[in-house]
Amino acid sequence: MQGERVIIRNGFVYDPINKVNGERMNIYIENGKISEEFKEEGAKVIDATGKVVMPGGVDIHSHIAGKINAARLFRPEDHKGDVVSKTTNTRSGVGYSLPSTFTTGYRYASMGYTTVFEPAVTPLEARHAHEELIDTPIIDSGLMVCLGNNYFTLKYIKEGEVEKLKGFISWLMKAVKGFSVKIVNPGGQETWKWGKNVTSLDDKVIGFDVTPKEIVTNLARVNEELGMPHTIHIHCNNLGSPGNYEITIETMDALRNIKPVKGRKNVVHIAHSQFNSYGGKTWRDFSSGAGEVADYINKHSHVTTCIGQVIFTNTTTITSDGPWQYRLWLLTGNKWTGADVELETSGGIVPYVFRKRNPVNAIQWAVGLELLLLIRDPWRVYLTTDHPNGGPFTLYPQVIGWLMSRKSREELLKKIHKAASTRTQLPGIRREYNLEEIAIITRAGTAKSLGLKSKGHLGVGADADVAIYSFNPEKDSTSDYEKIVSSFSKAAYTLKNGEIVVKDGEIIGSPMGKTFWVECKAPQEQEIMDDLEKTFYNYYTVTLTNFPVQFDYLPLHEPLKTMV
Amino acid sequence: MGKVLKDVVCSFCGCLCDNLEIAVENGKINPVSRACKVSISRFVNYNKDRVPYPMIREKGGLVKTSLDEAINKAAEILSRANWPLIYGLSSSVCEAHRKCVELAELVGGVIDQTATVCHAPTILAFQEIGEIHATLGEIKNRSDLVIFWGCNPLDAHLNHFVRYSVTPKGLYISKGRKDRTVVAVDVRETRTTRVADIFLRIEPGKDYELLSVLRALINGKEIDLDKVAGVSMEEIRELAEKMVNCRYGVIFFGLGLTMSRGKHYNVMAALSLVRDLNKKTRFVIIPMRGHYNVKGAGVVLGWQTGYPFAVDFSRGYPRYGPGEFSAVNLLANGEVDAALILAADPAANFPVSASKHLARIPTVVIDPKISMTSLIADVVIPSAVSGIEAEGTAYRMDGVPIRLRKIIDPEPGVLADSEVLQLIIDRVKGVR
Ligand SMILES: [Zn+2]
Repeated sequence: MQGERVIIRNGFVYDPINKVNGERMNIYIENGKISEEFKEEGAKVIDATGKVVMPGGVDIHSHIAGKINAARLFRPEDHKGDVVSKTTNTRSGVGYSLPSTFTTGYRYASMGYTTVFEPAVTPLEARHAHEELIDTPIIDSGLMVCLGNNYFTLKYIKEGEVEKLKGFISWLMKAVKGFSVKIVNPGGQETWKWGKNVTSLDDKVIGFDVTPKEIVTNLARVNEELGMPHTIHIHCNNLGSPGNYEITIETMDALRNIKPVKGRKNVVHIAHSQFNSYGGKTWRDFSSGAGEVADYINKHSHVTTCIGQVIFTNTTTITSDGPWQYRLWLLTGNKWTGADVELETSGGIVPYVFRKRNPVNAIQWAVGLELLLLIRDPWRVYLTTDHPNGGPFTLYPQVIGWLMSRKSREELLKKIHKAASTRTQLPGIRREYNLEEIAIITRAGTAKSLGLKSKGHLGVGADADVAIYSFNPEKDSTSDYEKIVSSFSKAAYTLKNGEIVVKDGEIIGSPMGKTFWVECKAPQEQEIMDDLEKTFYNYYTVTLTNFPVQFDYLPLHEPLKTMV
Repeated sequence: MGKVLKDVVCSFCGCLCDNLEIAVENGKINPVSRACKVSISRFVNYNKDRVPYPMIREKGGLVKTSLDEAINKAAEILSRANWPLIYGLSSSVCEAHRKCVELAELVGGVIDQTATVCHAPTILAFQEIGEIHATLGEIKNRSDLVIFWGCNPLDAHLNHFVRYSVTPKGLYISKGRKDRTVVAVDVRETRTTRVADIFLRIEPGKDYELLSVLRALINGKEIDLDKVAGVSMEEIRELAEKMVNCRYGVIFFGLGLTMSRGKHYNVMAALSLVRDLNKKTRFVIIPMRGHYNVKGAGVVLGWQTGYPFAVDFSRGYPRYGPGEFSAVNLLANGEVDAALILAADPAANFPVSASKHLARIPTVVIDPKISMTSLIADVVIPSAVSGIEAEGTAYRMDGVPIRLRKIIDPEPGVLADSEVLQLIIDRVKGVR
């Protein structure tokens, strides 16, 4: 907060970006930023002795605003067992896999997370996502904009007009106040509007004569030439299907020669790779393909990935992958909601229970952990559950527990379907994460991948978003699963811009978070104005005038510059 | 000549047409083009029948008071009540809805919105089955088979045909009307059924039967009947064929389906039919929502509470109770002991037993215009007309959020709904 000075004293600090690895030191905060050392007089002091201090958590992929609302409305049965009462300083709400907006902000903060990115917003409904962010307290956010099936993307690629595509994306990010380029089932959503799907990188999208490969390579090139802070972010084709590890590797390999913008090495982020790392040909011989995917990523520096770890619980699948949600309805018989959005996306919702005794689910659980453990560079692999698809974000601490404690994984392996032991490599993996690596996969690495210079670290000038956990690395055993889960579930303290928002896991302050968006200024925008006007007039049902999101919807925001 | 504003949004019905041209001169508003006749009347008459000033009831009559006094009285009524009801919402903007939920939570009351008396069955059926949905642009761009079931857009959503569903040309509908087959299913002839290519006139209360038979047919079942719901099997088979063989079909449905015998079972049958059709082709279903922002009321309640309507906060957290916490029942059973009505007229629309209780309990009305409910209220607070005198967000019937613009200033001292609600919230917090 303005003018206030805070000292976090004597904690074990894990700040990987600044190469601080568990050293006992003080952190100084002034005016909401990390500052140089100052004298204690007049400062608020938080005693972090015997505790872990990390930058606030940064989630790179969690469905918290926009489309998820249809799922909230769809599933009253999800909320009834998980209610949140109002208090003097917090609003009421509901969980479980589909928490209401206030509850979302509080629950992230109480786990020590302070920044969360919404990864699938369709442009026409961006206004809605921004409205929800206003009511999502504490956490900072940003919206990834679905572009892999957008009419303009497909049209400009078909016409070979890459410069116009650049102009379009530059314009669109400003219009919807978006943060980055998201691609979901490239070409598959448009094809689903005719009841079909694309299943190989060389299939043609009906009506456009372009292929998924052309979509991802062109968008990657445009993304890097625009200098977007984050790479393209792909939900690959064939998600959820046996044998899909191959198309995942083909997708990554198709992007190998894209030249990254100056200042980073990566050109693609593969979202929830767990759902796209399966072997086998059918559900009967379903197996892990994590070894192959991890091996590719280990050998190629142009890729980052988040996992989409599966957790055994009752949750909700919600994606923009219309044909996949249709298939999941056929597979499960659970209720199904679908939504096509003109010129932009399709999508759907199907409730789902991940069961320990189900062989496919057991393998899926193991695949996520295999990826996290087999990919050697923690800077390129991030912890997510693809909330709520693999399970609610509130269960991240369990994943941290499994990564740090080999014993806990082995115990769970014994209780779940044996396919997880026989058709994956997990039982043989000895690696255990240390606290520094946990800090990388939950905040430092994600902040870097998103291109957020003020987040994910505790260097002077960084936003004073800090998490303090009741875990003593000198006394507590890192293989004590219960201790790890309880420590990371309820932060001892969470600070947001220097304000204490959480104490002992309880919310004590609830400031509004800000929204990051990217202010592109590509000169090619001028070339597309005629096209925009014609297309809105002919094919959209909202006028071009009324399409852009006004600043009224971003009461606190930070436009980021592109990297060029 | 005043200024002419382009691409103005009409805040009357769930179509939310956003391409109107409106001339503003000397405090008068005149639609120049693209507005339907209902919309023209809304704009031209926006200043008729206005609540002239804040009023409170004294000795049986409503008397003029200051805004401050009216806010005080409203806050007092809501604070003192054991179980107050907040109701209406659908003819106001989302910014006001957000405040309504906050207020309901603060006073431990119930919040319900007008969907409770129109599309509640749609919502319940959606929660049971799911809904294969599309935005209206997909209908314009792709739909070659358009079915209107129990709805009459030519009288209720006047621009629907030309903007979205019947005549417009689209990306894959190059010839507009000629590229579409239009079907109407209704119990009586209407302007809509008269222009349809096929009209199935069904017996009242038999929608469920007809939908179920169609579903059986498209799933390949044999049906050994001559007639269903008064329609010959030949006609039904023909429609089933058309459904399976179209490229991108749509059913629009209205209160003829949701409010006739069977209610949410009817809608469940329609949702199941459309869902199953997606095994053969692409098919979607869109409810025709009436008030311009009834969709938005459900959306806001959804993100703040998890539930679309009938939400109780008496235990400090949201509880969902369609029926149990529905405004009509709570009033008819005499369970709530105060009410705040935002931009709705339950005294005119609710059953007598409900409106009688509403007249008995202390009631606060926030509305730009005089309504039946305002006449029985204890506090009446005038507000700006959203979409004319105040800006804000509304959700079209298909869920597309659109920003309403302010095109003229309200009278001095007249606030937007959300501002009035914020004052009440602040006062309630102060009173306690
Ligand atoms: Zn996702």
